[in-house]
Amino acid sequence: MSGCEGCGGCTPPRKDDTAGKAEFTIALAGNANVGKSATFNQLTGVDQIIGNWPGKTVERAEGVLQHRGHRIRVIDLPGIYSFSTYSMEELVSRDFIALEHPDAVVNVIDASALERNLFFTIQLLELAPPLLVAVNQVDLAEKKGISVDTKKLSELLGVPVVPTVAIRGKGIGHLTDAILDLAEHRPVPPPLRYGKEIEDRLGKIIPGCESAGLPYPARFTAIKLLERDQAMMKLVQEKDPALVALADRLAGEIEAIHGEPVCVVMSAERYAVADRIAAEAVTFRPQEGAPARSLTDRLDSITLHPVLGYLAVIAVIGGLLVWTFVVGAQLSAFLAGFLSHFEQYEPVISGSFAAVLWNGAFTGFVAGVTLVIPYVLPFYLLLAVMEDSGYLTRIAVMLDRGMHKLGLHGKAIIPLILGYGCNVPAIYSCRIMETKKQKTLAAFLVTLVPCTARTVVILGLVAAFVNIWWALALYAFDILLIVIVGRIAFRAVPGESVGLIMEMPDYHVPSLSVVLKQTWARTKSLLWIVFPAYIIGSALVQAFYAAGLLAPVNAFLSPVTVLWLGLPAVIGITLIFGVVRKELTILTLAVIFGTTNFASILSPVQLIVLALVSMLYIPCISVILVLASEFGWKRALAISASEIALAITLGGIAFRVLPFLMG
Amino acid sequence: MAQEQIEEYLESIYDLQARDGSAKTTAIAKCLSIAPASVTESLRSLEKKGLVTYEPYQGATLTPAGNAIAEKIKRRHRLLEVFLTNVLRINRDKVHDEACKMEHTISDETECALCKMLAAPARCPHGSPISPCDKTVSSCEACRTEQEAAEPPAVRERKILPVTELVPGQKATIAFIRGDCRVVQRLSDLGLTLGTAVSVSHRAPLDGPVEVLVRRTKLAIDHAIADNIFVDAPERVKL
Repeated sequence: MSGCEGCGGCTPPRKDDTAGKAEFTIALAGNANVGKSATFNQLTGVDQIIGNWPGKTVERAEGVLQHRGHRIRVIDLPGIYSFSTYSMEELVSRDFIALEHPDAVVNVIDASALERNLFFTIQLLELAPPLLVAVNQVDLAEKKGISVDTKKLSELLGVPVVPTVAIRGKGIGHLTDAILDLAEHRPVPPPLRYGKEIEDRLGKIIPGCESAGLPYPARFTAIKLLERDQAMMKLVQEKDPALVALADRLAGEIEAIHGEPVCVVMSAERYAVADRIAAEAVTFRPQEGAPARSLTDRLDSITLHPVLGYLAVIAVIGGLLVWTFVVGAQLSAFLAGFLSHFEQYEPVISGSFAAVLWNGAFTGFVAGVTLVIPYVLPFYLLLAVMEDSGYLTRIAVMLDRGMHKLGLHGKAIIPLILGYGCNVPAIYSCRIMETKKQKTLAAFLVTLVPCTARTVVILGLVAAFVNIWWALALYAFDILLIVIVGRIAFRAVPGESVGLIMEMPDYHVPSLSVVLKQTWARTKSLLWIVFPAYIIGSALVQAFYAAGLLAPVNAFLSPVTVLWLGLPAVIGITLIFGVVRKELTILTLAVIFGTTNFASILSPVQLIVLALVSMLYIPCISVILVLASEFGWKRALAISASEIALAITLGGIAFRVLPFLMG
Repeated sequence: MAQEQIEEYLESIYDLQARDGSAKTTAIAKCLSIAPASVTESLRSLEKKGLVTYEPYQGATLTPAGNAIAEKIKRRHRLLEVFLTNVLRINRDKVHDEACKMEHTISDETECALCKMLAAPARCPHGSPISPCDKTVSSCEACRTEQEAAEPPAVRERKILPVTELVPGQKATIAFIRGDCRVVQRLSDLGLTLGTAVSVSHRAPLDGPVEVLVRRTKLAIDHAIADNIFVDAPERVKL
């Protein structure tokens, strides 16, 4: 944030203010990686609500802009490239603009890649909302020798155009003035014309669309019908079947002229318009001397190098994990020590019922605090820095080939890395995958990634009482397991997979506000799901235990725990506790045996088997809840059941094989 | 010389030329298991037909006419390999020899039918790219919708190769994209429309994604998808 320009008024919004009704609603739309989030942050400051679109697994960010005594609600639409591929993000954006009639739509575009961005602007103009274009990152474009004549661009598009450098707050003042002006007058932008063979045919469809009584603008409806847009054809079919038949025939004529599917013809038409506008509005200054290699090119020659690139991936991900756990362990111990002044944070399983319940809730809270603040928060902060700098896309490219072995592609590395922090936000991030099959598969594999809580178990049992190498071996084995399970699940899960198509943004210095927002977005899901699950789950499970309700569990589970896994019968209960939160396994173990020296109660083989089983046997309650909300209960339970089976099978095998390996 | 023999010669010259720049007599002899003396004689005969240019001691290179025949045979060879492997389930080790015999006898019609049946595969079972057909259709979609045209389609006269074969820095324009309609749509939305200038800026190792520079933005594209993006490359830069 820089200075007062961007905050929109000097009085911070009062609490009761945010509940009041806003006078205007505006939407931010544009491609990914153009500085849309930075613009949103500049406009709305800290006053943001991040949630989901109703009934959709698409993130919705909303904030309030105060300007000249007006309250303006700002909605940040998802970053998309077009309105034609039927992704959730595209449908949400299109319906918001067409059906909710925002008072202004601000299209944020990247000055350095005007044609590609204008392609989307042209699609926005088809919807004919009160439109405003913010040409962002004009400073970076100037450095590359690209100047955009915003006056000329405004004339050509027929809408106001404002140059900005959102990350430094430049031009935001002009932008807010222009937004208010637009929202007050709501001008309808003039339509852009396509080629004659398209316009002639649109002319034949538009009158029908005007009288069909549809919520979308007539020209937009006509274009979509001509493109054979399935959703639009279905909608119009109910009102006017003859119109759909006419559009279909006309689309056939266009296909006969061009010899390509009509939707591809339309993309080419839009690009033809975008190219023409860009050619008039942009001037290229020849760079002096030999063209200097940009920073991005120089970095990419290392990060995408066949050998150095992989070394960089290993160093960065390894460094991220090591940094998190070394720093995290210190911080966690400090926080736990501090909180123990208030209440004993080891589980209490005897005494008065109320005391047990209270202790359960408190230990749940402490566990949340001592995991989230020291481990997860720094992890996600660093990851957000990597993401915003542009490096994460390079990792995705380098590992794409490997991800194919799991039936996924490079982008899936993002949820998998996030999983090492906490599985909950990692499962939310599976939304970046394209198809339902790929989303489910990625989420399933995420649940096999040892999160912070499971790392506490592995380190606490194996690294502390066997040796660090066996702990690392467990991690290596886990990666191998993810590969094998991924390959099997790829065949078992129905649906289609698509390959990677991803934009590679230039590297840049991460923006603090974007990094903080991303970290918060991920950590927030921990607070809303993991904290309540920890607190309520811990209280209940301890109460059940104290009431003696869990006693039969040991006997019931003993065929598995004792005979097959070779563990003491009491482990049955600790595993039940572990379903609430994984690190509760060892905390309960310590309480039951009255010692933290696990080597005195379990043999090295038993320690490793217990760590292995805890790592795999079931996702914790929070994860099961998130899986159910994202994919339905059927899939959530199927994933849980298959992991129980997997953990029991592998644990039993390990119990029989490990003695030979360990000599 | 029999037609089959001519085609075998052109094919091996095509391979050797791609590897060494030109095809030496001894290399051809070794490749076809024929005595070098009779190779020299055959090359002279091919030169008379206008299919190769032959310089003693320098070796042979294909003329455009010779190259066109060689590419057509290669395409048929690789299509047949895919057919034998994927449809008839014949062992991968055997399909090469089998395809070597069949490639000389099938007609244009069979070639086209094979291509449609196999959904225009990008590569042969051994990983070599299959060049697009020489018909002047702009996409496979157009080929499928084209109802048994009355006159045979005209022949494409350009040098067309998959974008994955471009040398980093080499400039080209999009000629043809095959594949699933939704993927083609997505690519054209991102700016890969016909006739657009593109170049390759990076290639990830082990057939990983290819980074394509288009309209001043960079896109990482899956190797298999990029294999189906064909470009017009004016001059081929030799490494």
